[in-house]
Amino acid sequence: MSFETIISILQNNWPMFLRGAYITLAIAVISTIIGAFIGFFIGIMHTIPTAKRSVKSIILKVFNFILSVYVEVFRGTPMMVQAMVVFYVLYAYGIELDRFIAALVVVGLNTGAYMAEIVRGGIVSIDKGQYEAAQAIGMNHFQTMVFVVLPQVARNILPATGNQLVMNIKDTSVLSVISVTELFFQTKSIAGANFKYAESFAIACLIYLLMTFIATRLLRLMEKKLDGPDSYKVENTTAVVK
Amino acid sequence: METVIDIKHLSKSFGQHEVLKDVNFSVRKGEVVCLIGSSGSGKSTLLRCINLLERPSGGEIIYEGENILDDKHDIEKYRTHLGMVFQQFNLFNNLNVLGNCIVGQQKVLKRSKQEATVKALKYLQVVGMDKYQNAKPRQLSGGQKQRVAIARALAMNPDVMLFDEPTSALDPEMVGEVLKVMRRLAAEGNTMLIVTHEMEFAKEVADRVVFMDKGVIVEEGSPDQVLVNPQHERTKEFLKRTLK
Repeated sequence: MSFETIISILQNNWPMFLRGAYITLAIAVISTIIGAFIGFFIGIMHTIPTAKRSVKSIILKVFNFILSVYVEVFRGTPMMVQAMVVFYVLYAYGIELDRFIAALVVVGLNTGAYMAEIVRGGIVSIDKGQYEAAQAIGMNHFQTMVFVVLPQVARNILPATGNQLVMNIKDTSVLSVISVTELFFQTKSIAGANFKYAESFAIACLIYLLMTFIATRLLRLMEKKLDGPDSYKVENTTAVVK
Repeated sequence: METVIDIKHLSKSFGQHEVLKDVNFSVRKGEVVCLIGSSGSGKSTLLRCINLLERPSGGEIIYEGENILDDKHDIEKYRTHLGMVFQQFNLFNNLNVLGNCIVGQQKVLKRSKQEATVKALKYLQVVGMDKYQNAKPRQLSGGQKQRVAIARALAMNPDVMLFDEPTSALDPEMVGEVLKVMRRLAAEGNTMLIVTHEMEFAKEVADRVVFMDKGVIVEEGSPDQVLVNPQHERTKEFLKRTLK
């Protein structure tokens, strides 16, 4: 394994690497967003207050049961197997999903299952006083969630969501089993053509590392931005209170 | 004087434990009522039952001629007529000082942003916190937070202000600034119902003092009657312990 070989592989194959990295990043980012929405949806469904034994509570119970099954199935099976099942089961029924779309479905649903737990934990961790204060000024459950609770949950679970994004960037590599042209798949093709496995995968390794590193930094920045400045301006005076 | 809230035979149990037993009590317009009593006497529960943060087990709460414990009553609308100030402040952590005072007006009362801002600033001025309108709750001291919480409640223009031990979570030197605001509100004729351990304050601002023990109202009357010349043994005992 030499440095010159790595340079020459890069020179000959950079568009393929770039395309692979692009697909990897696109799947990871989009499916993390999909997953976050699913997670919030399930988290909210679990907090809807109902009177005991009303029709609404029975419908909600059935619905929440289905959601629990979804979470258990997707958390309890490997994503590689999920990819095979989703793609080939649908294929058997004559539906040929675009591989990219199939990838989004699998990673998105997988992320959603994990995010559901993260969001639930986030909602549970919000102080009871926040709900009471919102109720006391006349907010209903929906308003309390949208204007008071969920903004705080979103901020609190941002680190965990970032973690999920980093995991997704790496775990998209298993999608090569359904021939999604992400970074791992592209690298395998390149290595298969030039027989320089060590060098090719060393490059892939570096690209993965670069992507996860940048993603982590960007999320840190976002957290800081959401928290706002540490100091605040006192109106009508020149003094700045720390 | 016109009665704002009339409570009849109110009871509340947590499981087997009866916290309130057959409480009859009313608040009249412009009146300042202080609820006193030892911890666990049910005074906070009574306050929380009035704005239905706790659902009473029985009895009636009459507001504007209607029993708000009727199933069909719009609880959210009723709550907008009551301003609540909590022991733990409970400012919305995701909003700054101004946002805290605006969100209820805008989303619940459907006031325009401009009108809500004007109202919010007016009441922030009353509590002396208008300078800090851009600060986040975590950047404020306890006394400052509580004053913002009072402004948030006032901005909804409630008929009654409910205070649930507003100074109990504060450092001693911050108690004064909050009581000062409350004195001002009392002097301006606001209707206030205050659960408190500040006996001197109660003596000074209350029109009526209510002493509770073990879930019942033992004695009520003017501060002089209840705090200086109590009639009941339990009131005397309680005052001996608190006033020294």
